[in-house]
Amino acid sequence: MKTFRALVWRDILIGMRASGGAALAAAFFALIIVLAPLGLGPDAGTLRAAGPGLFWIAALLATLLGLERVLQPDAEDGTLDLLRLSPLPLELVALAKIAAHWLTSGFIISLLAPLLAPLLSLDTPAIPILAASLLLGTPGLSAIGTAAAALGTSVQRGGMVLAILVLPLNIPFLIFGASAVSAAQANEDPTQALIFLTAASLIALVVGPIAAAAALRLNED
Amino acid sequence: MQQFANPQRFVRIAKMLTPWLLGATALLLVTGLYLALFVAPPDYQQGDAARIMYVHVPAAWMSLFIYACMAVSSAVAFIWKHPLADVAAKASAPIGCVFTALALITGSLWGQPMWGTWWVWDARLTSVLILFFLYLGYIVLWSVIDEPTRAARAARILALVGAINIPIIKFSVDWWNTLHQGSSVFRMDGPTITSSMLAPLLVMAAGYNVFYVTFLLIRMRTEVSQRRLRTIRLGLEPVPA
Amino acid sequence: MRLIAEGLAAVRGERVVFQNINFDVASGQALVLHGPNGSGKTTLLRVIAGLLGMLAGRMRVIDKDGAVLTDEARDQSLHFVGHQDAIRPQLRVMETLQFHANLLGAPTKNVDAAIATWGLEPLAELSGGLLSAGQRRRVSLARLSLQRRPLWLLDEPLVALDTPTRARLNDICSKHLAQGGLIVAASHEPFLGDRRTMTLGYQE
Repeated sequence: MKTFRALVWRDILIGMRASGGAALAAAFFALIIVLAPLGLGPDAGTLRAAGPGLFWIAALLATLLGLERVLQPDAEDGTLDLLRLSPLPLELVALAKIAAHWLTSGFIISLLAPLLAPLLSLDTPAIPILAASLLLGTPGLSAIGTAAAALGTSVQRGGMVLAILVLPLNIPFLIFGASAVSAAQANEDPTQALIFLTAASLIALVVGPIAAAAALRLNED
Repeated sequence: MQQFANPQRFVRIAKMLTPWLLGATALLLVTGLYLALFVAPPDYQQGDAARIMYVHVPAAWMSLFIYACMAVSSAVAFIWKHPLADVAAKASAPIGCVFTALALITGSLWGQPMWGTWWVWDARLTSVLILFFLYLGYIVLWSVIDEPTRAARAARILALVGAINIPIIKFSVDWWNTLHQGSSVFRMDGPTITSSMLAPLLVMAAGYNVFYVTFLLIRMRTEVSQRRLRTIRLGLEPVPA
Repeated sequence: MRLIAEGLAAVRGERVVFQNINFDVASGQALVLHGPNGSGKTTLLRVIAGLLGMLAGRMRVIDKDGAVLTDEARDQSLHFVGHQDAIRPQLRVMETLQFHANLLGAPTKNVDAAIATWGLEPLAELSGGLLSAGQRRRVSLARLSLQRRPLWLLDEPLVALDTPTRARLNDICSKHLAQGGLIVAASHEPFLGDRRTMTLGYQE
């Protein structure tokens, strides 16, 4: 447990200190939201209708951003060897990586989203649902992304490849997340969408570490 | 090396079967197309345009079936480390991808006269489109890892994760579609199927299946030969006389 | 403790880098691997550490009671210092060593001792990105002193080290052997007086 915490903390430290760091994901997320009205026009009705989807697409893309740094540098500088020799099971190593990635991307985005909501004319009752949907869904995005990043340690220059692997698998999060916010805007009950979103996230948090550990063991022989 | 003994027997058997399978593919596809285009009655609502269904529906079946085969081969490779299982999964992917593309293109061609538009966000079309991207990701992963044994292992994991995800994606897309029912007026499975329509459909499906098996064997043979060539080049195996 | 290898063979990529490697290293002994580039020295060290699988052969680590260690127990009784130094530019030397101590399951107080042993006091607060090649090497060798472990696997330990540090490394290794430790090292240069060497070469 101590090793687990140490690993999470180290990754967060590196994430914060690396050029741009956690601010990068947040800034990228905010920028997509700011760009949207410039592309769609400033009409409040259009923005309000497109808002939930735009927020979730921005979240998908912003969580993609830091994935290359999750495991690739560890594989290159030998830290991965030390992790494999440590008593911490690789599944928990992967879970620590997921936690650190989420804390420096999805979590920050979830806190930022309510502040950006007025830019897309989101209805006030939908704003807490937006934050809740991001809080519940983005851990799943980090889990799937980390599994792909583990596969990516076998790939040189894996950046764009990661995107192609990850985005189709993230579609359920986009659908359930955006639907929850839309439902709240239409004065409907978002509970069902939020439950499905949470379920998808939980499944990803189980499958993700297992797949990531299997991918890290690839280097074995 | 011992592990190549088995693949070589496979190559011999596959070589023997190939001409027969090619013949069967041609026969089934020609018969199926003849039945579909000339024997089956035109649809009372859609007219002759509905005949595209005989190409489209089995292709959509194949797209899912081949992904399932890929996932099963990957699981076999994962558990029993059988060298041919990886080869089978790798060889399946482009064939499945082509069937998926065929399903998408024929779906779009069918949609144009029926709905007056090339694309609707129908639940099935959307799912098949996502499946197409899953195939692409799998093929890309194989192509970006230089070392075949390592690529094989990474691809196994991706195929299995994809297989776990497909039902979730399918469910989410179906759910999404019921939320926005206004946009899908027509259903892709078309009118109810009568027996005169069922025969050509099944013959076409059989033709596609034999086509898959034929080209799977051909591609696997190529792959096995390429791997052998590689080991010979690396000096692990003597040059055959 | 004893490390026994019988008929080891390994592939890298799809090339057999070595085969039929046999050795037996007991407590207090060091084995230095020589051989040209690409002869498989690093691969052999990684196989011993369990980081790479082997194509053929058997490798056992036997404790002083004669029992064969499980893979997990073996991982817990070895130090592996490869030529990748596991140092991140964003972390200070102190933070790096604390993290490594955590991975080894060593108490944090050992970090100060390791820093003293390797003369790293002036570097402790520097971030990894500012270190020279020799300093990075020293930080990564300091892992050896974070926790007592009998089997040391060292890959080119002398590279980039200055003369005083080489002497320091030599002292630390000799002390480790005197206390009953085992060392298997790969080196292009003579190391530890080359008490016992094995030369790997291209097969066939």
